Amino acid sequence: MIDLSLLPDGGMTWLDASGARPHVVLSTRIRLARNLAGHTFSQRARDVDRLAVLERVEDAARETPVLQEATAFRLDRLDRPDRQLLHERHLVSKELAGLDRESRPRAGAAVLVTGRGGVMVNEEDHLRLQGMRSGFALEDAYAEIESLDAELGRLLPFAFHPEFGYLTSCPTNVGTGLRASVLIHLPGLVLTKEIQKVLQGLAQVGLTFRGLYGEGSDVVGNFFQLSNQTTLGKSEPELLEHLGKIVSQVIEYEEQARELLLQKAPTEVSDKVWRAYGLLKYARSLTFEETMNLLSGVRLGVSLNLIPDVRVYTLNKLLIYTQPAHLAALEGRPTGDPELPTTRATYVRRLLAAEVS
Amino acid sequence: MLCDNCGERDAVINLTQVEHDSKVTLHLCEQCAQQKGVETGGAILKSPLANLIGSMTKGGTSVLPPTDGLRCASCGFTLKDFRDSGRLGCADCYASFNGHLRDLLRRLHGSSQHVGERYAPPGGAGADPRARLLDLRDQLRRAVDSENFELAAELRDRIKVLE
Repeated sequence: MIDLSLLPDGGMTWLDASGARPHVVLSTRIRLARNLAGHTFSQRARDVDRLAVLERVEDAARETPVLQEATAFRLDRLDRPDRQLLHERHLVSKELAGLDRESRPRAGAAVLVTGRGGVMVNEEDHLRLQGMRSGFALEDAYAEIESLDAELGRLLPFAFHPEFGYLTSCPTNVGTGLRASVLIHLPGLVLTKEIQKVLQGLAQVGLTFRGLYGEGSDVVGNFFQLSNQTTLGKSEPELLEHLGKIVSQVIEYEEQARELLLQKAPTEVSDKVWRAYGLLKYARSLTFEETMNLLSGVRLGVSLNLIPDVRVYTLNKLLIYTQPAHLAALEGRPTGDPELPTTRATYVRRLLAAEVS
Repeated sequence: MLCDNCGERDAVINLTQVEHDSKVTLHLCEQCAQQKGVETGGAILKSPLANLIGSMTKGGTSVLPPTDGLRCASCGFTLKDFRDSGRLGCADCYASFNGHLRDLLRRLHGSSQHVGERYAPPGGAGADPRARLLDLRDQLRRAVDSENFELAAELRDRIKVLE
Protein backbone atom coordinates (compact mmCIF):
# COMPACT_ATOMS: atom_id res chain seq x y z
CA MET A 1 0.00 0.00 0.00
CA ILE A 2 1.38 3.42 -0.91
CA ASP A 3 1.80 5.98 1.81
CA LEU A 4 0.03 9.17 0.83
CA SER A 5 1.38 10.93 3.88
CA LEU A 6 4.66 11.05 1.95
CA LEU A 7 3.09 13.50 -0.49
CA PRO A 8 3.73 17.19 0.04
CA ASP A 9 0.91 18.22 2.39
CA GLY A 10 -0.54 14.77 1.89
CA GLY A 11 -1.72 16.03 -1.50
CA MET A 12 -4.57 17.75 0.32
CA THR A 13 -3.59 21.41 0.46
CA TRP A 14 -6.43 22.22 -1.87
CA LEU A 15 -9.02 20.94 0.62
CA ASP A 16 -7.85 22.93 3.63
CA ALA A 17 -10.80 25.38 3.38
CA SER A 18 -8.41 28.33 3.37
CA GLY A 19 -9.49 29.81 0.04
CA ALA A 20 -12.21 32.28 -0.89
CA ARG A 21 -15.90 31.37 -0.31
CA PRO A 22 -15.13 28.01 1.39
CA HIS A 23 -18.77 27.47 2.38
CA VAL A 24 -19.81 27.31 -1.26
CA VAL A 25 -16.65 26.52 -3.25
CA LEU A 26 -14.44 23.60 -2.21
CA SER A 27 -11.68 23.89 -4.73
CA THR A 28 -10.54 25.28 -8.05
CA ARG A 29 -8.55 23.20 -10.50
CA ILE A 30 -7.08 24.00 -13.88
CA ARG A 31 -5.50 21.58 -16.29
CA LEU A 32 -3.56 22.15 -19.48
CA ALA A 33 -3.39 19.37 -22.10
CA ARG A 34 -0.05 19.11 -23.90
CA ASN A 35 1.48 16.58 -26.28
CA LEU A 36 5.04 16.03 -27.43
CA ALA A 37 5.70 16.66 -31.11
CA GLY A 38 6.92 13.59 -32.97
CA HIS A 39 5.22 11.06 -30.67
CA THR A 40 1.95 9.26 -31.37
CA PHE A 41 -0.83 10.26 -28.93
CA SER A 42 -0.98 7.99 -25.84
CA GLN A 43 -4.15 6.05 -26.64
CA ARG A 44 -2.85 5.07 -30.06
CA ALA A 45 0.80 4.60 -29.10
CA ARG A 46 2.63 1.32 -28.56
CA ASP A 47 3.94 0.55 -25.06
CA VAL A 48 7.50 1.36 -26.14
CA ASP A 49 6.37 4.82 -27.39
CA ARG A 50 4.60 5.60 -24.14
CA LEU A 51 7.63 4.57 -22.12
CA ALA A 52 9.79 6.82 -24.32
CA VAL A 53 7.42 9.75 -23.62
CA LEU A 54 7.61 9.02 -19.88
CA GLU A 55 11.43 8.98 -20.00
CA ARG A 56 11.50 12.35 -21.78
CA VAL A 57 9.13 13.82 -19.21
CA GLU A 58 11.12 12.40 -16.30
CA ASP A 59 14.32 13.87 -17.78
CA ALA A 60 12.63 17.26 -18.10
CA ALA A 61 11.15 17.01 -14.59
CA ARG A 62 14.66 16.63 -13.15
CA GLU A 63 15.51 20.02 -14.72
CA THR A 64 12.31 21.73 -13.53
CA PRO A 65 12.47 23.23 -10.03
CA VAL A 66 8.76 22.70 -9.22
CA LEU A 67 8.90 19.07 -10.32
CA GLN A 68 12.21 18.17 -8.66
CA GLU A 69 10.34 17.97 -5.36
CA ALA A 70 7.41 16.05 -6.82
CA THR A 71 6.48 12.54 -5.72
CA ALA A 72 6.17 10.20 -8.71
CA PHE A 73 3.84 7.22 -9.00
CA ARG A 74 3.83 4.69 -11.82
CA LEU A 75 0.16 3.75 -12.16
CA ASP A 76 1.07 0.68 -14.24
CA ARG A 77 3.01 -0.69 -11.28
CA LEU A 78 0.43 -0.07 -8.57
CA ASP A 79 -2.31 -2.37 -7.31
CA ARG A 80 -5.90 -1.37 -7.82
CA PRO A 81 -6.55 -0.11 -4.24
CA ASP A 82 -3.57 2.25 -4.52
CA ARG A 83 -4.71 3.53 -7.89
CA GLN A 84 -8.18 4.08 -6.51
CA LEU A 85 -6.69 5.97 -3.59
CA LEU A 86 -4.93 8.40 -5.95
CA HIS A 87 -8.14 8.80 -7.94
CA GLU A 88 -10.22 9.51 -4.84
CA ARG A 89 -7.72 12.18 -3.96
CA HIS A 90 -8.37 13.79 -7.34
CA LEU A 91 -4.71 13.36 -8.29
CA VAL A 92 -5.34 11.09 -11.29
CA SER A 93 -8.26 10.55 -13.64
CA LYS A 94 -10.21 7.32 -13.77
CA GLU A 95 -8.75 6.67 -17.21
CA LEU A 96 -5.11 7.08 -16.14
CA ALA A 97 -5.71 4.89 -13.09
CA GLY A 98 -7.27 2.20 -15.31
CA LEU A 99 -10.30 1.91 -13.03
CA ASP A 100 -12.91 1.40 -15.73
CA ARG A 101 -14.36 -2.09 -15.37
CA GLU A 102 -11.58 -4.64 -15.89
CA SER A 103 -9.17 -2.25 -17.61
CA ARG A 104 -5.55 -1.90 -16.58
CA PRO A 105 -3.49 1.29 -16.61
CA ARG A 106 -1.49 1.77 -19.81
CA ALA A 107 2.25 1.09 -19.79
CA GLY A 108 4.02 4.30 -18.79
CA ALA A 109 0.95 5.80 -17.07
CA ALA A 110 2.36 7.99 -14.30
CA VAL A 111 1.69 11.01 -12.14
CA LEU A 112 4.06 13.55 -10.62
CA VAL A 113 2.43 15.08 -7.56
CA THR A 114 3.43 18.47 -6.20
CA GLY A 115 1.90 20.31 -3.25
CA ARG A 116 -0.64 22.11 -5.37
CA GLY A 117 -1.11 19.97 -8.42
CA GLY A 118 1.10 17.94 -10.66
CA VAL A 119 1.45 16.29 -14.02
CA MET A 120 -0.34 13.24 -15.36
CA VAL A 121 1.74 11.42 -17.98
CA ASN A 122 0.29 9.26 -20.77
CA GLU A 123 -3.31 10.09 -20.03
CA GLU A 124 -5.38 10.75 -23.15
CA ASP A 125 -2.75 13.41 -23.86
CA HIS A 126 0.96 12.92 -23.12
CA LEU A 127 0.84 15.60 -20.43
CA ARG A 128 -1.96 16.94 -18.31
CA LEU A 129 -0.59 19.71 -16.11
CA GLN A 130 -2.82 20.34 -13.11
CA GLY A 131 -3.03 23.18 -10.65
CA MET A 132 -5.30 23.03 -7.62
CA ARG A 133 -6.31 25.57 -5.03
CA SER A 134 -8.61 25.61 -2.05
CA GLY A 135 -11.76 27.70 -2.52
CA PHE A 136 -12.54 29.96 -5.48
CA ALA A 137 -9.12 30.94 -6.90
CA LEU A 138 -8.94 30.79 -10.68
CA GLU A 139 -6.13 33.32 -11.06
CA ASP A 140 -3.88 31.71 -8.46
CA ALA A 141 -4.41 28.24 -9.86
CA TYR A 142 -3.57 29.50 -13.35
CA ALA A 143 -0.49 31.46 -12.29
CA GLU A 144 1.11 28.32 -10.93
CA ILE A 145 0.30 26.08 -13.84
CA GLU A 146 1.30 28.76 -16.35
CA SER A 147 4.86 28.88 -15.04
CA LEU A 148 5.10 25.08 -15.02
CA ASP A 149 3.84 25.04 -18.60
CA ALA A 150 6.40 27.64 -19.68
CA GLU A 151 9.23 25.78 -17.99
CA LEU A 152 8.33 22.39 -19.47
CA GLY A 153 7.70 23.98 -22.86
CA ARG A 154 11.28 25.22 -22.93
CA LEU A 155 12.55 21.69 -22.34
CA LEU A 156 10.10 19.58 -24.31
CA PRO A 157 8.83 20.19 -27.85
CA PHE A 158 5.05 20.60 -27.49
CA ALA A 159 2.83 19.88 -30.48
CA PHE A 160 1.54 23.29 -31.61
CA HIS A 161 -0.19 24.48 -34.78
CA PRO A 162 -0.35 28.18 -35.76
CA GLU A 163 -4.08 28.01 -36.46
CA PHE A 164 -5.33 25.31 -34.08
CA GLY A 165 -3.01 26.02 -31.12
CA TYR A 166 -1.90 23.22 -28.77
CA LEU A 167 -2.82 19.92 -30.42
CA THR A 168 -4.68 17.33 -28.38
CA SER A 169 -5.92 13.80 -28.85
CA CYS A 170 -9.55 14.95 -28.68
CA PRO A 171 -10.60 18.01 -30.72
CA THR A 172 -12.71 19.24 -27.78
CA ASN A 173 -9.47 20.18 -25.94
CA VAL A 174 -7.48 21.74 -28.78
CA GLY A 175 -6.33 25.39 -28.76
CA THR A 176 -5.48 26.43 -25.23
CA GLY A 177 -5.87 22.87 -23.91
CA LEU A 178 -7.25 24.57 -20.82
CA ARG A 179 -10.04 23.21 -18.70
CA ALA A 180 -10.80 25.10 -15.50
CA SER A 181 -13.22 23.58 -12.98
CA VAL A 182 -14.71 24.95 -9.84
CA LEU A 183 -16.03 22.37 -7.35
CA ILE A 184 -19.09 24.02 -5.88
CA HIS A 185 -21.70 23.00 -3.31
CA LEU A 186 -25.24 23.97 -4.32
CA PRO A 187 -27.73 22.57 -1.78
CA GLY A 188 -29.76 25.81 -1.73
CA LEU A 189 -30.46 25.68 -5.44
CA VAL A 190 -31.26 21.96 -5.23
CA LEU A 191 -33.69 22.41 -2.31
CA THR A 192 -35.44 25.39 -3.95
CA LYS A 193 -35.60 23.36 -7.19
CA GLU A 194 -33.86 26.12 -9.13
CA ILE A 195 -30.89 23.94 -10.03
CA GLN A 196 -32.16 22.70 -13.41
CA LYS A 197 -32.64 26.26 -14.61
CA VAL A 198 -29.11 27.17 -13.56
CA LEU A 199 -27.57 24.08 -15.18
CA GLN A 200 -29.45 24.68 -18.42
CA GLY A 201 -28.28 28.30 -18.35
CA LEU A 202 -24.68 27.10 -18.12
CA ALA A 203 -24.91 25.27 -21.44
CA GLN A 204 -26.16 28.43 -23.10
CA VAL A 205 -23.09 30.38 -22.02
CA GLY A 206 -20.58 27.75 -23.12
CA LEU A 207 -20.02 26.11 -19.73
CA THR A 208 -20.68 22.59 -18.59
CA PHE A 209 -21.03 20.69 -15.31
CA ARG A 210 -19.85 17.34 -14.03
CA GLY A 211 -20.03 15.34 -10.82
CA LEU A 212 -17.60 15.16 -7.92
CA TYR A 213 -14.99 13.10 -9.78
CA GLY A 214 -15.06 15.00 -13.08
CA GLU A 215 -15.92 13.66 -16.50
CA GLY A 216 -18.51 10.91 -16.55
CA SER A 217 -19.13 10.95 -12.79
CA ASP A 218 -22.47 11.30 -11.02
CA VAL A 219 -23.52 14.25 -8.94
CA VAL A 220 -23.46 13.26 -5.26
CA GLY A 221 -23.92 15.36 -2.16
CA ASN A 222 -25.00 18.39 -4.23
CA PHE A 223 -21.41 18.91 -5.43
CA PHE A 224 -20.99 20.13 -9.00
CA GLN A 225 -17.89 20.84 -11.02
CA LEU A 226 -18.51 23.82 -13.28
CA SER A 227 -16.09 24.21 -16.17
CA ASN A 228 -15.52 25.74 -19.58
CA GLN A 229 -16.80 23.73 -22.53
CA THR A 230 -14.75 25.29 -25.30
CA THR A 231 -10.98 25.67 -25.41
CA LEU A 232 -10.37 27.33 -28.80
CA GLY A 233 -11.05 30.84 -30.11
CA LYS A 234 -10.63 32.54 -26.74
CA SER A 235 -7.43 33.35 -24.88
CA GLU A 236 -6.63 31.74 -21.52
CA PRO A 237 -7.50 34.93 -19.54
CA GLU A 238 -10.76 35.28 -21.48
CA LEU A 239 -11.76 31.69 -20.72
CA LEU A 240 -10.97 32.16 -17.02
CA GLU A 241 -12.71 35.52 -16.81
CA HIS A 242 -15.85 34.12 -18.40
CA LEU A 243 -15.94 31.09 -16.09
CA GLY A 244 -15.17 33.30 -13.09
CA LYS A 245 -18.00 35.69 -13.91
CA ILE A 246 -20.56 32.92 -14.31
CA VAL A 247 -19.40 31.04 -11.19
CA SER A 248 -19.70 34.30 -9.19
CA GLN A 249 -23.26 34.59 -10.43
CA VAL A 250 -24.01 30.98 -9.47
CA ILE A 251 -22.56 31.63 -5.99
CA GLU A 252 -24.84 34.65 -5.71
CA TYR A 253 -27.90 32.59 -6.75
CA GLU A 254 -26.92 29.91 -4.24
CA GLU A 255 -26.61 32.47 -1.45
CA GLN A 256 -29.99 33.96 -2.37
CA ALA A 257 -31.55 30.48 -2.35
CA ARG A 258 -30.10 29.83 1.12
CA GLU A 259 -31.47 33.16 2.38
CA LEU A 260 -34.85 32.31 0.92
CA LEU A 261 -34.87 28.93 2.64
CA LEU A 262 -34.08 30.58 5.97
CA GLN A 263 -36.85 33.12 5.50
CA LYS A 264 -39.58 30.90 4.09
CA ALA A 265 -38.93 27.57 5.77
CA PRO A 266 -36.69 28.10 8.82
CA THR A 267 -38.01 25.12 10.77
CA GLU A 268 -37.78 22.69 7.86
CA VAL A 269 -34.22 23.77 7.04
CA SER A 270 -33.11 23.61 10.65
CA ASP A 271 -34.73 20.19 11.06
CA LYS A 272 -33.09 18.90 7.88
CA VAL A 273 -29.54 19.96 8.76
CA TRP A 274 -29.76 18.77 12.38
CA ARG A 275 -31.19 15.42 11.28
CA ALA A 276 -28.22 15.06 8.91
CA TYR A 277 -25.84 15.86 11.74
CA GLY A 278 -27.65 13.51 14.10
CA LEU A 279 -27.42 10.62 11.64
CA LEU A 280 -23.72 11.20 11.06
CA LYS A 281 -23.10 11.34 14.80
CA TYR A 282 -25.05 8.26 15.76
CA ALA A 283 -25.59 5.97 12.75
CA ARG A 284 -24.05 2.48 12.91
CA SER A 285 -23.88 1.87 9.16
CA LEU A 286 -23.37 4.44 6.39
CA THR A 287 -23.00 3.95 2.65
CA PHE A 288 -20.68 6.35 0.80
CA GLU A 289 -23.51 8.06 -1.06
CA GLU A 290 -25.57 8.50 2.09
CA THR A 291 -22.53 9.96 3.84
CA MET A 292 -22.04 12.47 1.01
CA ASN A 293 -25.66 13.56 1.24
CA LEU A 294 -25.56 13.89 5.02
CA LEU A 295 -22.30 15.86 4.81
CA SER A 296 -24.02 18.14 2.32
CA GLY A 297 -26.78 18.82 4.86
CA VAL A 298 -24.31 19.53 7.66
CA ARG A 299 -22.21 21.76 5.40
CA LEU A 300 -25.37 23.77 4.67
CA GLY A 301 -26.13 23.98 8.40
CA VAL A 302 -22.61 25.20 9.16
CA SER A 303 -22.72 27.87 6.46
CA LEU A 304 -26.09 29.14 7.75
CA ASN A 305 -24.70 29.25 11.31
CA LEU A 306 -27.34 26.78 12.41
CA ILE A 307 -24.78 24.21 13.53
CA PRO A 308 -22.01 25.79 15.56
CA ASP A 309 -18.58 24.34 16.32
CA VAL A 310 -18.18 22.17 13.20
CA ARG A 311 -15.34 23.37 10.99
CA VAL A 312 -15.49 23.21 7.18
CA TYR A 313 -12.07 21.57 7.32
CA THR A 314 -13.50 18.67 9.35
CA LEU A 315 -16.23 18.23 6.76
CA ASN A 316 -13.66 18.25 3.94
CA LYS A 317 -11.63 15.64 5.77
CA LEU A 318 -14.71 13.43 6.10
CA LEU A 319 -15.39 13.93 2.41
CA ILE A 320 -12.00 12.46 1.57
CA TYR A 321 -11.57 9.75 4.21
CA THR A 322 -15.03 8.18 3.96
CA GLN A 323 -14.38 7.26 0.32
CA PRO A 324 -14.04 3.47 -0.10
CA ALA A 325 -10.30 3.18 -0.83
CA HIS A 326 -9.33 5.79 1.77
CA LEU A 327 -11.48 4.25 4.46
CA ALA A 328 -10.23 0.74 3.69
CA ALA A 329 -6.59 1.90 3.78
CA LEU A 330 -7.10 3.89 6.98
CA GLU A 331 -8.80 1.06 8.84
CA GLY A 332 -6.72 -1.76 7.32
CA ARG A 333 -9.64 -3.43 5.51
CA PRO A 334 -9.86 -4.75 1.93
CA THR A 335 -11.60 -2.29 -0.48
CA GLY A 336 -14.45 -4.65 -1.30
CA ASP A 337 -15.14 -5.40 2.38
CA PRO A 338 -18.93 -5.83 2.91
CA GLU A 339 -18.48 -4.43 6.42
CA LEU A 340 -17.24 -1.09 5.04
CA PRO A 341 -20.52 0.80 5.84
CA THR A 342 -20.13 -0.17 9.51
CA THR A 343 -16.46 0.82 9.48
CA ARG A 344 -17.44 4.13 7.88
CA ALA A 345 -20.05 4.93 10.52
CA THR A 346 -17.53 4.18 13.28
CA TYR A 347 -14.91 6.40 11.62
CA VAL A 348 -17.36 9.31 11.23
CA ARG A 349 -18.48 9.10 14.86
CA ARG A 350 -14.88 8.97 16.05
CA LEU A 351 -13.74 11.95 13.96
CA LEU A 352 -16.73 14.10 14.92
CA ALA A 353 -16.18 13.29 18.60
CA ALA A 354 -12.49 14.22 18.30
CA GLU A 355 -12.80 17.38 16.23
CA VAL A 356 -16.09 18.94 17.35
CA SER A 357 -16.12 20.46 20.81
CA MET B 1 -23.40 47.88 -46.04
CA LEU B 2 -20.44 46.34 -47.87
CA CYS B 3 -17.82 44.16 -46.22
CA ASP B 4 -14.93 46.17 -44.72
CA ASN B 5 -12.49 43.51 -45.82
CA CYS B 6 -13.29 42.71 -49.46
CA GLY B 7 -15.57 45.68 -50.21
CA GLU B 8 -17.55 43.44 -52.58
CA ARG B 9 -20.12 41.40 -50.69
CA ASP B 10 -22.76 42.53 -48.19
CA ALA B 11 -21.59 42.60 -44.58
CA VAL B 12 -23.58 40.17 -42.40
CA ILE B 13 -21.36 39.98 -39.31
CA ASN B 14 -20.23 42.70 -36.93
CA LEU B 15 -16.94 41.65 -35.40
CA THR B 16 -15.91 43.77 -32.41
CA GLN B 17 -12.34 43.39 -31.23
CA VAL B 18 -10.43 45.18 -28.51
CA GLU B 19 -6.97 46.22 -29.60
CA HIS B 20 -4.70 48.33 -27.42
CA ASP B 21 -7.66 49.30 -25.21
CA SER B 22 -9.72 50.66 -28.10
CA LYS B 23 -12.70 48.91 -29.63
CA VAL B 24 -12.64 48.23 -33.37
CA THR B 25 -15.79 47.01 -35.11
CA LEU B 26 -15.44 45.33 -38.48
CA HIS B 27 -18.41 44.68 -40.75
CA LEU B 28 -17.70 41.48 -42.62
CA CYS B 29 -19.31 39.27 -45.21
CA GLU B 30 -19.69 35.57 -44.45
CA GLN B 31 -16.62 34.48 -46.44
CA CYS B 32 -14.27 37.06 -44.90
CA ALA B 33 -15.64 36.32 -41.42
CA GLN B 34 -14.90 32.63 -41.91
CA GLN B 35 -11.37 33.44 -43.01
CA LYS B 36 -10.92 35.26 -39.71
CA GLY B 37 -12.06 32.17 -37.88
CA VAL B 38 -15.51 33.44 -36.90
CA GLU B 39 -18.33 30.90 -36.84
CA THR B 40 -21.12 32.20 -39.08
CA GLY B 41 -23.45 29.26 -39.02
CA GLY B 42 -25.62 30.94 -36.39
CA ALA B 43 -26.29 28.25 -33.84
CA ILE B 44 -23.10 26.64 -32.63
CA LEU B 45 -23.70 23.02 -31.93
CA LYS B 46 -23.97 22.35 -28.21
CA SER B 47 -24.22 18.58 -28.41
CA PRO B 48 -21.40 16.37 -27.14
CA LEU B 49 -18.66 15.37 -29.53
CA ALA B 50 -19.98 11.86 -30.01
CA ASN B 51 -23.28 13.17 -31.40
CA LEU B 52 -21.45 15.56 -33.65
CA ILE B 53 -19.11 12.96 -35.04
CA GLY B 54 -22.08 10.59 -35.30
CA SER B 55 -23.90 13.13 -37.45
CA MET B 56 -21.05 12.97 -39.93
CA THR B 57 -22.11 9.54 -41.03
CA LYS B 58 -25.85 10.01 -41.05
CA GLY B 59 -26.30 11.81 -44.36
CA GLY B 60 -28.27 15.07 -44.36
CA THR B 61 -25.97 17.70 -42.90
CA SER B 62 -22.89 15.54 -43.12
CA VAL B 63 -19.86 17.30 -41.69
CA LEU B 64 -17.36 15.06 -43.39
CA PRO B 65 -17.59 13.95 -47.00
CA PRO B 66 -17.19 10.23 -47.59
CA THR B 67 -13.40 10.22 -47.57
CA ASP B 68 -12.89 7.47 -45.02
CA GLY B 69 -9.78 6.33 -46.81
CA LEU B 70 -7.93 9.56 -46.06
CA ARG B 71 -4.92 8.51 -44.01
CA CYS B 72 -2.41 10.37 -41.84
CA ALA B 73 1.04 9.77 -43.31
CA SER B 74 2.71 9.91 -39.89
CA CYS B 75 0.64 7.50 -37.81
CA GLY B 76 -1.56 5.72 -40.33
CA PHE B 77 -4.78 6.88 -38.65
CA THR B 78 -7.75 7.24 -41.02
CA LEU B 79 -10.76 9.51 -40.91
CA LYS B 80 -12.82 6.40 -40.22
CA ASP B 81 -10.66 5.67 -37.15
CA PHE B 82 -11.33 9.19 -35.94
CA ARG B 83 -15.04 8.84 -36.60
CA ASP B 84 -15.13 5.59 -34.64
CA SER B 85 -13.05 6.67 -31.66
CA GLY B 86 -13.51 10.45 -31.47
CA ARG B 87 -9.75 10.71 -30.94
CA LEU B 88 -6.90 11.57 -33.30
CA GLY B 89 -3.78 9.44 -33.70
CA CYS B 90 -1.03 12.05 -33.56
CA ALA B 91 -0.36 15.76 -33.89
CA ASP B 92 0.16 15.40 -37.65
CA CYS B 93 -3.44 14.21 -38.03
CA TYR B 94 -4.43 17.87 -37.68
CA ALA B 95 -2.50 18.65 -40.87
CA SER B 96 -3.61 15.45 -42.63
CA PHE B 97 -7.32 16.09 -41.99
CA ASN B 98 -6.99 19.87 -41.94
CA GLY B 99 -10.11 20.87 -43.90
CA HIS B 100 -12.41 18.40 -42.16
CA LEU B 101 -11.18 19.30 -38.73
CA ARG B 102 -11.44 23.05 -39.31
CA ASP B 103 -15.14 22.64 -39.97
CA LEU B 104 -15.59 20.41 -36.92
CA LEU B 105 -13.65 22.80 -34.67
CA ARG B 106 -15.81 25.74 -35.76
CA ARG B 107 -18.88 23.78 -34.79
CA LEU B 108 -17.41 22.64 -31.49
CA HIS B 109 -15.75 25.84 -30.35
CA GLY B 110 -17.31 28.56 -32.51
CA SER B 111 -13.91 29.23 -34.07
CA SER B 112 -10.95 27.37 -35.48
CA GLN B 113 -8.39 30.09 -34.75
CA HIS B 114 -6.28 29.78 -31.61
CA VAL B 115 -5.91 33.19 -29.97
CA GLY B 116 -4.30 32.11 -26.70
CA GLU B 117 -0.64 31.73 -25.74
CA ARG B 118 1.71 31.34 -28.70
CA TYR B 119 4.34 28.65 -28.37
CA ALA B 120 7.90 28.59 -29.66
CA PRO B 121 9.40 25.10 -29.50
CA PRO B 122 12.86 24.66 -28.03
CA GLY B 123 15.68 24.66 -30.55
CA GLY B 124 15.35 28.17 -31.98
CA ALA B 125 17.88 30.95 -31.51
CA GLY B 126 18.81 31.39 -27.87
CA ALA B 127 17.16 28.11 -26.96
CA ASP B 128 17.60 26.63 -23.51
CA PRO B 129 20.80 24.47 -23.58
CA ARG B 130 19.05 22.04 -21.21
CA ALA B 131 16.47 21.37 -23.95
CA ARG B 132 19.28 20.58 -26.41
CA LEU B 133 20.73 18.13 -23.90
CA LEU B 134 17.37 16.44 -23.30
CA ASP B 135 16.86 16.14 -27.03
CA LEU B 136 20.30 14.55 -27.51
CA ARG B 137 19.61 12.08 -24.70
CA ASP B 138 16.35 11.15 -26.40
CA GLN B 139 18.17 10.64 -29.71
CA LEU B 140 20.76 8.52 -27.89
CA ARG B 141 18.07 6.29 -26.43
CA ARG B 142 16.57 5.77 -29.86
CA ALA B 143 19.97 5.06 -31.41
CA VAL B 144 20.69 2.42 -28.74
CA ASP B 145 17.21 0.90 -29.17
CA SER B 146 17.78 0.56 -32.91
CA GLU B 147 21.33 -0.75 -32.31
CA ASN B 148 22.86 2.09 -34.30
CA PHE B 149 25.98 2.12 -32.13
CA GLU B 150 28.05 4.37 -34.39
CA LEU B 151 25.47 7.15 -34.06
CA ALA B 152 25.09 6.39 -30.34
CA ALA B 153 28.84 6.88 -29.76
CA GLU B 154 28.77 10.20 -31.59
CA LEU B 155 25.73 11.38 -29.63
CA ARG B 156 27.37 10.33 -26.37
CA ASP B 157 30.39 12.49 -27.22
CA ARG B 158 28.19 15.50 -28.00
CA ILE B 159 26.29 15.00 -24.73
CA LYS B 160 29.56 14.90 -22.79
CA VAL B 161 30.62 18.23 -24.30
CA LEU B 162 27.33 19.85 -23.35
CA GLU B 163 27.37 18.41 -19.84
